[in-house]
Amino acid sequence: MDIKLYIALALTLFTIGIIGVLVRRNAIIIFMCVELMLNAVNLLLVAFSKMHALSAAAKASVNYASDAQIFVFFIMVVAAAEVSVGLAIIVMMYRNVHTVDVNFLNRLKN
Amino acid sequence: MNNILQLVWLIPVMPLLGFLINGLGRKQLTKSLSGIIGSGVILISFVLSLLVFLQIGSNHNATVHLFDFIKLNAFTIAFDFKIDQLSTLFLLIITGVGFLIHVYSTAYMHDEDGKDFAKYFAYLNLFVFSMLLLVMGGNYVIMFIGWEGVGLCSYLLIGYWFRNADYTDAAKKAFIMNRIGDLGFLLALFWLIAVVGTVQYDELFTAGNLAKLSAFDVTGITLLLFVGATGKSAQIPLFTWLPDAMAGPTPVSALIHAATMVTAGIYMIARSNTLFSMAHQTQVVITIVGLATAILAASIAIKQNDIKKVLAYSTVSQLGFMFLALGTGNYVAAVFHVLTHAFFKALMFLGSGSVIHAMGGEQDIRKMGGLHKHMKITSITFLIGCIAIAGIPGFSGFFSKDEILAGAFAHNPYIYSIALFAALLTAFYMFRLYIITFTGSFRGTHDQQHHLHESPKAMTIPLIVLAVLSIIGGYIGVPESLGGSHQIGMYLAGVIKAEPHHLAHNTEYMLMGLSTGLVLLSILFAWMRFKNYKIESDSKGLGKVLENKWYVDELYQMAILKPLKSTSAFLNKIIENRIIDGAVNGVGKLVNYSSRQLRWIQSGQVGAYVLLMVIGMLLLFFIQLFL
Repeated sequence: MDIKLYIALALTLFTIGIIGVLVRRNAIIIFMCVELMLNAVNLLLVAFSKMHALSAAAKASVNYASDAQIFVFFIMVVAAAEVSVGLAIIVMMYRNVHTVDVNFLNRLKN
Repeated sequence: MNNILQLVWLIPVMPLLGFLINGLGRKQLTKSLSGIIGSGVILISFVLSLLVFLQIGSNHNATVHLFDFIKLNAFTIAFDFKIDQLSTLFLLIITGVGFLIHVYSTAYMHDEDGKDFAKYFAYLNLFVFSMLLLVMGGNYVIMFIGWEGVGLCSYLLIGYWFRNADYTDAAKKAFIMNRIGDLGFLLALFWLIAVVGTVQYDELFTAGNLAKLSAFDVTGITLLLFVGATGKSAQIPLFTWLPDAMAGPTPVSALIHAATMVTAGIYMIARSNTLFSMAHQTQVVITIVGLATAILAASIAIKQNDIKKVLAYSTVSQLGFMFLALGTGNYVAAVFHVLTHAFFKALMFLGSGSVIHAMGGEQDIRKMGGLHKHMKITSITFLIGCIAIAGIPGFSGFFSKDEILAGAFAHNPYIYSIALFAALLTAFYMFRLYIITFTGSFRGTHDQQHHLHESPKAMTIPLIVLAVLSIIGGYIGVPESLGGSHQIGMYLAGVIKAEPHHLAHNTEYMLMGLSTGLVLLSILFAWMRFKNYKIESDSKGLGKVLENKWYVDELYQMAILKPLKSTSAFLNKIIENRIIDGAVNGVGKLVNYSSRQLRWIQSGQVGAYVLLMVIGMLLLFFIQLFL
């Protein structure tokens, strides 16, 4: 399949993620949008990895093709860790203020 | 032969030592101790100078090398002393008269606090040190060190009673005017170094090096040197500081502003006589300035009522005479007059100090009168000084002044007649001063009259010694026409190679007779005019102009100070306050304003931060892609 389609899909997902982060006020949805962006990047990495695996230089080396795919796993692991921390924060936030609306928490000011 | 010359460095070092001891220990030393130290070191210097004088005689000279002062690639300024007849003569004047004045000071300054007393002697010793450096230096740079040193000491001593704002103003005036002259001296040095490459007298005054100077160089250098001399020796246009310098203690006026420092300019020109003889335009300038100063200052002195101011203007006038002699190429006469003037002017200053002491600080001669009855020694010695300066035959001033006048006559009879008129004015104002102060009846308060007394011995003995010197000091320069051999001229012949003037003996007799007769007449006139002195009402016309010193100070005020002050005010208001301060404050205001605007960005809304972050990333993205 053409790489451009992958890029387009990843871009779309990423944009949806960004817009979601910007416009939504619910912390959990923002969180999901962040995950969406991460996964858009993951998708792009896998797609490029597959594309390069077909090139001549990659065929000469065994490891070359799988580098980006391994990188994706790392991102997933980090994302999982981040999710656990982030969800914990959101739970604590809900316990304290009984809402998950981020605009309610604008007390960083002053 | 060389033993005393090896010790010659001790002559200036002794006063320096005295300065250090008195200056550093001023809180510990008792008054009598600091007086003894202060005078003692000068006495040692005097004895050494005397030994040097005997050793050098009239036909030796030596350059004593101490160390290299400034060493550049191909150019060295040595720190050495030039010991010849001219510098030896000045050494004797400085240390001899200096010692007498130090002794006198121990009594005159006795009312000062111990600390201030020691400070006074420290300054006085530092002055003598600088002055000795000035005359002993083997090149112009060493002379310049002394030159600056005496200026500094003059400033310190004029402003000795610094709690009085007028006195510190006078000190500042003296210092600044001297600085103007010093600049001329310094420029002359640079010029000399640039053209000839040496400032060492021994090397400079050789035919080979003098040939390197073009006529323009010689005129320029000598004129600049003369500018230096006008500052230090109080000639037109830089003379107004000297009368104001009378704010200092009277012995200081005697030492610095009569006998020694103000003659530094004459010493410098006499030292550079070879150079000045080559520059005829400069000689004309010096003659005119000297003559103008002599007559201007003498005319002002007629109307002054402050005893020290009269003497100060008299000093300016006498210095004018010396410059007249220098300008007419009569260097020996100038040096001779320096010597005799040092005696009789120091004598009169010390005498006036004695009067002021007796009057309890009063300096206005209108409030004195009849002091002869109360202080005979002061009165008689002062009279001797007056006779000497007036030029009555037999006293020292006669010989030196007559020689200047004869030289002027040989040069140009018109110059002679103007100089003679100044000499008559001299006799007139000196005897006016004497008659008003010492004869007639007392015009002061009853308390002052009760307090009148002769000064202590420490003050009268220097007066007597100086009076004797004022009488006999002239006999070292008896002219040939009077059967003398003019010893001072022969003595200085090794240093000063100027052509003496030649006048027929009959002409000289006539000149002497003329000046003596006219001087006696002017003294008689002064006696008639002032013997029944009453305090006069304000004078009008010329008298008022003279009383106000020809309005020279006011002229300087108008011509120099006012424009300067308004320019500074303009620069302060517009440049400093508006432009510079505006720029500096503007930067601050700009930062303040822009940060107040930027503050709105920090809203605390997480969404806003994220939006900005995204915009930033997009910007970077676009820059990367399209720029």
